[in-house]
Amino acid sequence: MSYNVYISEESVDGDSDGPLAGRTVAVKDNISTEGVRTTCGSAMLEDYVPPYDATVVERLKDAGATVSGKTNMDEFGMGTTNETSAFGPVENPVAEGRVPGGSSGGSAAAVAAGEADLALGSDTGGSVRCPAAFCGVVGIKPTYGLVSRYGLVAYANSLEQIGPFAPTVEEAAELLEVIAGPDEHDATTRDAREEGTDYDFAAAADGDVEGLEIGVPTELLDGADEGVVETFWDAIAELEAQGASYHEVDLPSLEHAVEAYYVIAMSEASSNLARFDGVRYGQSGGYEGNWNESFAKAREEGFGEEVKRRVLLGTYALSAGYHDKYYKKAQDARAWVKQDFDEALDDADVLASPTMPIPPMKLGESLDDPMKMYLADCNTTPVNLANLPAISVPAGETDEGPVGLQLIGPAFGEKTIIRAGSALA
Amino acid sequence: MSDSAVDPEEVRHVASLARVDLDAEEVERFTEQFADILDSFERLDEVPETEAEPDLTNVMRPDEEREPLSQDEALENAPESEAGYFKGPKVS
Repeated sequence: MSYNVYISEESVDGDSDGPLAGRTVAVKDNISTEGVRTTCGSAMLEDYVPPYDATVVERLKDAGATVSGKTNMDEFGMGTTNETSAFGPVENPVAEGRVPGGSSGGSAAAVAAGEADLALGSDTGGSVRCPAAFCGVVGIKPTYGLVSRYGLVAYANSLEQIGPFAPTVEEAAELLEVIAGPDEHDATTRDAREEGTDYDFAAAADGDVEGLEIGVPTELLDGADEGVVETFWDAIAELEAQGASYHEVDLPSLEHAVEAYYVIAMSEASSNLARFDGVRYGQSGGYEGNWNESFAKAREEGFGEEVKRRVLLGTYALSAGYHDKYYKKAQDARAWVKQDFDEALDDADVLASPTMPIPPMKLGESLDDPMKMYLADCNTTPVNLANLPAISVPAGETDEGPVGLQLIGPAFGEKTIIRAGSALA
Repeated sequence: MSDSAVDPEEVRHVASLARVDLDAEEVERFTEQFADILDSFERLDEVPETEAEPDLTNVMRPDEEREPLSQDEALENAPESEAGYFKGPKVS
């Protein structure tokens, strides 16, 4: 059975020994692999072959992993369903006829279908956690700065991190251990040891939630699908049965997170994607006539509709007369979300919510109404705005597919969310 | 019509700023969708002014020479190159 998981199924061997020896890792196709095509799910980069490895890929090889291939994704990471890929959608291996989630849909589906032992994705506004939830696997979005972004093709630099997928929390933690750590090629990386912790993530997966205090932000349950909410409370009850307790908390800033996220992400994207002009790489717009016209032609042909939409809206939000109205207010909202989370995490070890407010959508039903698709990111985007770590673990299923439980921790609190998540998966 | 609605002319203007050609259908669709999306962005008006604490600091290192990509490697992905240079459209 093929779920269209890979864009390039070309395997690359790593070292003969190391902590990941003998294991296969599928890598999202926006993470550079030397000599192996890296398309970002876009026709623009259909033939792009990076001359160097991303830092995380180097670390995978050093750890003995075999890269099993480059996985399908929403174009440049822009989508929640994997349907904006220029290489066709991925089908959810565990929910027939439904999307695997996005944007790292191929990576999550590869693990769910057993086509790879582990996988890497990137998470700008939920792109690891959403497909993890929809495919019934574990996914981690690390604290901003824990993992190097060198070699990750940028969509919105201030928000994104590379993160692991695995069938269990312990295996996801093992992969995180391999890729985490400072990198001289990414000046936004930080050393966890200077943040009061260490990198022993796998050892933290001991399932011990005795005395764990969970905060439940009520805003992240409002408007969620009934079956999803029911499954969420079952998972909380399961954690309670193992010794955890919970309280509800109001975080009013979260009601503005989706808008703030999209203004910031689109603005950064409009600048980042300016490099795709078809001269140094990508689809050429030809060599005759005015150079602006030639670039505009290359970008019309190379970019899909969702990418155009976001580049245009980002350009609009940053243009004269609108900057203060949109971008500056979005930065205020970002700071407010961060404050709200920090305060809530003073009274709780972790915050919990459904990862996605809805079950996986049916294939082919989401692209006509972009605003509706953006709103599906309401529970994941606040975490990126606040630079915090979060994990999605399988919580159960509704008739329409798997449901994920999201656990959010304090900055560099990966071990706390891994410990809590390992009580369930 | 909401306050934030844009007309087709504005969509074409932003597209030209962003160097993206659009066909007539895209202009029509985007005009309609942008009204919806910009409407939701308007809700940011309700957000109080909030002081952000800077998370990032400058990272310095000595400026040491390193092996760069070779000229051939740098040109490998260019749709067209000539005599060791990228070949782009005319600038005039």
